[in-house]
Amino acid sequence: MKKTGAKLIIEAMKKEGVEVIFGYPGGSVIPIFDELYHEPSIHVVLTRHEQGAVHAADGYARSTGKTGVCLVTSGPGATNTITGLATANFDSVPIVLLTGQVIRPMIGNDAFQEADMVGISRPVTKHNYLVNDRAHLGQTLKEAFFIANSGRPGPVVVDLPKDVVNEQLDDEYPETISIRGYNPVYVGHAGQIKKIAEAIKVSKKPVFYIGGGIHISGASEIFRKVVEKTKIPTISSLMGIGAIRSDHPLYLGMVGMHGTYASNMAMTETDLIIGIGTRFDDRVTGDLGKFAPHAKIIHIDIDPATIARNVTVEIPIVGDARQVLEKLMPLLHPADIDEWREIVSGWKKDYPLPDEEGKEIMPQRVVKEISEIFPEAIITTEVGQNQMFAALYYNFTKPRTFLTSGGLGTMGYGFPAAIGAQMGNRNKKVIDIAGDGSIQMNIQELATAVQEGLPVIVAILNNGYLGMVRQWQQIFKNSRYAATCLMRRPECPFHCEGKAGSWCHLYTVDFVKLADAYGAVGMRVTKPEEIKPALEEAGKSKDKPVFIDFIIARESNVFPMVPPGAGINEMLLGKEK
Amino acid sequence: MKHTFYLLVENHQGVLARIAGLFSGRGYNLESLTVGVTSDPTVSRITLVCIGDDMIMEQIKKQLNKIVDVIKVVDITYLPSVNRELSLIKINAKSSQRGEIFQIADVFRAKILDVGQSTMILEITGTSEKIDDFIALLSPYTIIELARSGLVSMERGKKLKKE
Ligand SMILES: Cc1ncc(C[n+]2csc(CCOP(=O)(O)OP(=O)(O)O)c2C)c(N)n1
Repeated sequence: MKKTGAKLIIEAMKKEGVEVIFGYPGGSVIPIFDELYHEPSIHVVLTRHEQGAVHAADGYARSTGKTGVCLVTSGPGATNTITGLATANFDSVPIVLLTGQVIRPMIGNDAFQEADMVGISRPVTKHNYLVNDRAHLGQTLKEAFFIANSGRPGPVVVDLPKDVVNEQLDDEYPETISIRGYNPVYVGHAGQIKKIAEAIKVSKKPVFYIGGGIHISGASEIFRKVVEKTKIPTISSLMGIGAIRSDHPLYLGMVGMHGTYASNMAMTETDLIIGIGTRFDDRVTGDLGKFAPHAKIIHIDIDPATIARNVTVEIPIVGDARQVLEKLMPLLHPADIDEWREIVSGWKKDYPLPDEEGKEIMPQRVVKEISEIFPEAIITTEVGQNQMFAALYYNFTKPRTFLTSGGLGTMGYGFPAAIGAQMGNRNKKVIDIAGDGSIQMNIQELATAVQEGLPVIVAILNNGYLGMVRQWQQIFKNSRYAATCLMRRPECPFHCEGKAGSWCHLYTVDFVKLADAYGAVGMRVTKPEEIKPALEEAGKSKDKPVFIDFIIARESNVFPMVPPGAGINEMLLGKEK
Repeated sequence: MKHTFYLLVENHQGVLARIAGLFSGRGYNLESLTVGVTSDPTVSRITLVCIGDDMIMEQIKKQLNKIVDVIKVVDITYLPSVNRELSLIKINAKSSQRGEIFQIADVFRAKILDVGQSTMILEITGTSEKIDDFIALLSPYTIIELARSGLVSMERGKKLKKE
């Protein structure tokens, strides 16, 4: 029986098990939305911005492991997705984005709402397509889902001219596909895996260094067993957080620019790094010349292009983290490294994360209270100090519960990602730990959360500054706070030194009123003792998002901090040390 | 160090843009790129010449392999291979100079494609080095226009497995 392209698209979604689509309509995708109107098994979430749609699909994908799906219109709808695509691409998140396109005869003619989406999105996607033949539609969609969520996952764009969507053809969604040029390697080389076990045997100071690949491949359980068997101290990148419990005795915490003292020192002293599903990002390594100077490096990753890109690797292993670890497990023995473990525990004990207390609310304290009251929440973050406080002070216990824009560092990610995560995890608590700057980048999604009845909590660490940038200005630019004060008004002195004066306005954005305006719940917390009751109250909301405006100390900083260009052992430890 | 790669790629729209985009986006140094369809109309063959150290070459190879439309990447630099480039050269040539030019062309097995009032067009095929030498010899006659095709390369002997 003949069917339109739009009908085939819906058939594809159902066969791929798609339950929710994040989207925003427009002229060129009306036929597809019209089909969805008749399809009760697929829930359409109308976000308020296409960037929000992609981040939401991203949060859904990261928290569930499924592919996030988005549907937006041509031209401006399509170009609005670019930041979301780049974010997902950097952090290997499976997304299929369907974009509308003008009819084929108009392509290239500067038609109304035309954009060369395939050209624009090429550098920020894993792959992309323009479907210029109705007969290729099914095959293309099948490939898109396969490519998005296999190998090293990533976003795939399918650009759909309106006439292709409307054209009728008698076809079915294909069951199988094969792509000549795309054959991800999952099984690691057995000989190389044996070499890992041998290297561990002779190492005196080994560390595991884990990244987001552990979550993606579902390796967290086998990894925990490997750690418990070998008793090797474990370091995580930002993306690896949650793969092992944050309070695990062998876990040293996050490494890098805002890494813990123990992790950064262990990375500097180690003689063997077993890197799994991680990129050796420059925020992790600091000055490459000073990075892990004594270490032999083993690097396990599904993406060969990641291996040995930044550091010299002695044992490269291309493969899926889980499959490699499962093969490695029986070859392993407890490592004979008591002395090393003692040194490492000493660092952990002597240099805990700084914990400032005072009359004002400290952001660290807010995150710790969140951790106590909501111990198994899915935490999303924005970017800045809020992200680092969340990474360092929340006690993560489960994989896929820390969703953050690691590679691209996208402000405005956390809130829509929280919406997506809540859509995929109706019974879990989802909390966005936000800065007052970042939250304003996709604040319109409050309407989406209200419309969907999602009890997402947004904990705004409100310091009135673009805090992370202000921290850099304080340390490296002699406290010249250029364009980072969010409270600045016409009456402020031209050179404000950051000292509060009579001209300072509090609540430049009244987030409580704003929440109210959208039909959500708003709360303001100004004293440390109010943190807990407010969170508990927020936890009671079952069908409404809650904004909690935590008015925190204006100039609190994230420590430890490695100045740019320094070695990661050259940390600034903050006031006390 | 100069490296030559050949690629087999899906004969899809936009493949060339993907490959060129990789080089511009990641700042790799691309010296030449030639492309044409193979005996299988669904497959195109690309020859790339790029410059950089071994680590960059390794990265380029891996990144090329990551492109979904790329079926095969071979670094042919150290393999026994045949390398050819084509060049068309238009020079100023007064009739009194034609004799010498014919002689040079003969030595290099270049072809004379066109002889005008005061110009000539020569065609030469060979390794890039041979073409460089030929151009150097012709430079006293004032080269008006020069078109080089970029390199195409093929491994000697060994038959490619059918994919
Ligand atoms: C889209 C985007 N623009 C700019 C930046 C640069 N940037 C990084 S952190 C930061 C400050 C964030 O301020 P805020 O959201 O208030 O969080 P805080 O650091 O105060 O917790 C900025 C501007 C970015 N990461 N993303």
